[in-house]
Amino acid sequence: MATDSIPKPSGLTALANPTRFLALVKAILPYLAVITIALLAAGLWMGFSVPDDYQQGRTVRIMFVHVPSVWMAMGAYMVMVSGALGVLVWRHPLADVAARSAAPIGAAFTFLGLATGSIWGRPMWGTWWVWDARLTSFLVLLIIYLGLIALWNAVEEPAKSARMAAVVVLVGALNIPIIRFSVEWFTTLHQGPSVVRAGGPSLAPHFLYPLLVMGLAFLMLFITLHLMAMRNEILRRQIRTAQRKAARSHRGGANQEGQS
Amino acid sequence: MRLQIEELGVKRGEEMILSALSFTVSGGQALIVRGANGAGKSTLLRAIAGLLPHESGHVSIENPDPEFADSTVPELCHYLGGDNAMKPAMSVAENLQFWQEFSGHPHLDIDDALDMVGLDGLQSVPFGHLSTGQRRRIGIARLLVSYRPIWILDEPVSGLDAASEAQFAALMQVHLEDGGLIVAATHVPLGLDNAAVLTLDQNSVELDQ
Amino acid sequence: MKALLVRDLRLALRSGGGAATALLFYLAVVVAMPFAVGPNQQLLATIGGATLWIGALLAGLLGLERLFQTDREDGSLDQMILSPVPLPVQVFVKSLAHWLVTGLPLTLMVPIFGLFLGMQETAIAAAMATLFVGTPAISFIGAVGAAVTVSLPRGGLLLSVLVLPLCIPVLIFGVGAVRAAVTEPDPFLPPFLLVMAISLFFSVLGPFASAFALRQGLD
Repeated sequence: MATDSIPKPSGLTALANPTRFLALVKAILPYLAVITIALLAAGLWMGFSVPDDYQQGRTVRIMFVHVPSVWMAMGAYMVMVSGALGVLVWRHPLADVAARSAAPIGAAFTFLGLATGSIWGRPMWGTWWVWDARLTSFLVLLIIYLGLIALWNAVEEPAKSARMAAVVVLVGALNIPIIRFSVEWFTTLHQGPSVVRAGGPSLAPHFLYPLLVMGLAFLMLFITLHLMAMRNEILRRQIRTAQRKAARSHRGGANQEGQS
Repeated sequence: MRLQIEELGVKRGEEMILSALSFTVSGGQALIVRGANGAGKSTLLRAIAGLLPHESGHVSIENPDPEFADSTVPELCHYLGGDNAMKPAMSVAENLQFWQEFSGHPHLDIDDALDMVGLDGLQSVPFGHLSTGQRRRIGIARLLVSYRPIWILDEPVSGLDAASEAQFAALMQVHLEDGGLIVAATHVPLGLDNAAVLTLDQNSVELDQ
Repeated sequence: MKALLVRDLRLALRSGGGAATALLFYLAVVVAMPFAVGPNQQLLATIGGATLWIGALLAGLLGLERLFQTDREDGSLDQMILSPVPLPVQVFVKSLAHWLVTGLPLTLMVPIFGLFLGMQETAIAAAMATLFVGTPAISFIGAVGAAVTVSLPRGGLLLSVLVLPLCIPVLIFGVGAVRAAVTEPDPFLPPFLLVMAISLFFSVLGPFASAFALRQGLD
C-alpha cells in the first residue's frame, strides 16, 4: 500500500487510489460520452445507407448491431477475467470493482446479441429461435453472466465476494471453450439450420466499414458505461463505509455486536 | 519451543481489527486473552491458528517438538472454537475415532479421553443427543485423543458448570507441564498459575506477565 | 484420507444423509417423464438417454448444497483447513464420497429405469457407461459451486445456476454418446472419451478451485 514517503506511483497503481480514479473519470467522461454518441450516429447512418444485400435484403443491417454486441459481450468477459486475475494474483484494489461493474453490461450486450441474432435469423429460419451453435453458446454465456451477478450480490462483504466471484469467473473462462466446442459438436451432428454468419465468408467493403465504425462505437459505449458503473460502485462502497463508521461511533464501547 | 507473534495485523471485513501486535509465548506457558466483545479476541486466535490471513506481520514457532519438525503453524495447533466439530448423526466414539485417525499423532485412547472429561460410558450415544455442556466436553476430548503442542482455545469452558471448568483447568495444567503451550480467550478465571494476560482494547494492547 | 472418506460415506448413508433421497428423486424424474411426454413408446425410447442424464444432473445438484455447509456449521470446516492433509485432497475425497452416494447408485439403477423408458439394450448399456464416467464430473464441478456458496443462506439455488452452465458439455456429450450407440453411422467413442476427459479434467481443477474458495470464504 502506498504511504506518504513513496514517490507518486504511475499507471495502473496510480489509478488504484479510488479518489484519483473518480477524479479521472469525472474529467474524461463527458468527452467519452460525446465520442460514443458521435460514433454511434455515424455508424448507424453508414449502416442504413448501405445497399441491400442480394440474399438477405434489408435485414442484414441487423448485423451492424448484432456483431458488435457479440464482440462486446465477449470483451466484457475478458474484462472480468482480467479483474479476476487482478483480485487473486495482483490484489489490485480496483480489480473487483472493474470486474463487478462489467458483468451487468456484459449481460446486457449478450442479451442484445441474442435478441438481434434471433431477429436477424427469423426471416431465414422461419422461427424465432434455433439451436444454432453460436446462439446456444451465447445463451449459456448469458446464464453464466446472470449467475455471476447473483453471486456478487449475494455475498455481503466486498472483499469476500470479490474472491469468490473471481474463482467462478476463471473456472467459467476455462469452460467457455469447452462449452463452445460441445455445442458446435451438438449442432453439426444434427445438421441444424445454417449458422448465422456475419455476412458470409468474405465481407464486402461496403459492409466492412460501417461494421468497423459500429464496432468502435460499441467499444466506446462499453468503456463509457463501464467507467460510469465503476464510479457508481466506488461511491456505493464509500457510502457503505461511512455508514458503518457512523454506526460504530454511535455504539461507543459498550455491547458491540460481532465476534470478540 | 516458542510461539512468536511479530507485528501482526489482521482485518475483519474491511477494518483492521489488530495491528502491530507482538508477543511471545514459551513452552509450558499459557497466555490468556481478554477484552470486550468486538475487541478482536476470536480474530486473534483464528489468525494465530492460520484460519485468517495476516495483513501484516507473522506468526512463527521456534524449536518445536522433533515429532513436528517440518510442520507449519496450523499443523502444530489444536484449535477449539465456538463449535465442537462433531457430527450429530455419529456416536461419540465414532466422532473421536475419526478425529484421532484424521489428525494423526495419537495420544490418549478414546476411553481414557472420555474418562478425563468425565463422560466415560457415553461412547455409543449419538452426539446429537448430548447436552451443550456434554458436547463441549467431547470437543475438549478431541484435544486429548491426538497430540498437538499448541492449544488455541476460544471460550473453552463456555456452557460448562464449575466442576467441569475445574476439570478442564486441570487438563490444561497437565498439557503445560508436558511442555505444551496454550493461548486461550476467556472471561472466566481458569485457575492457571503464572499465566500471562493479554488485554485487547479498541486502542491498546497490554501484556501482563 | 481414508478416515474422511469413510466418515462422509457413513454420514450420507445414515438417515437424513441424503443417499436415499437422491435415488428417489431420480426415480421421480424418470417416472414423470413418460407422464409428461405421453405413452408414445418410440418417442420415449428416443429421449430415454436424455431423461436419464437430466435426472442424474438434477439429482446430483440436490446433494451438493450440503457438501460443505454442514462442515461449516459444526466447525469441522475450520479443522479441515488447519489439517496437514492438503485441502484439495480433502475436497477430492468429499467429492468422491458425493459421487459414490449419488452418481454411482443412479448409474447402477439405469438398467431398470431404461426399461421403464423402453430403451434398447445397447442404449441402456451406453447410458450406463456414459453416466459412470460422466457423473463424477457433476460431483467435481458441483464442489466448486458448493465451496463458493457455502456461507450463503439459500446457496442451493445460486449453486445450481452457477453449476448448470458448466455441466452442459458433459450433458451434450453424454446424451450424444447414448444416441450414437443406437444410430448407426454415428460414432460412440469420441463423445464417450470426451465425457471421460471432462471428468478427469475437473477431478483436478475442481478440488483446487474449491479449496481456494473455501479458504477465501472464512471469516
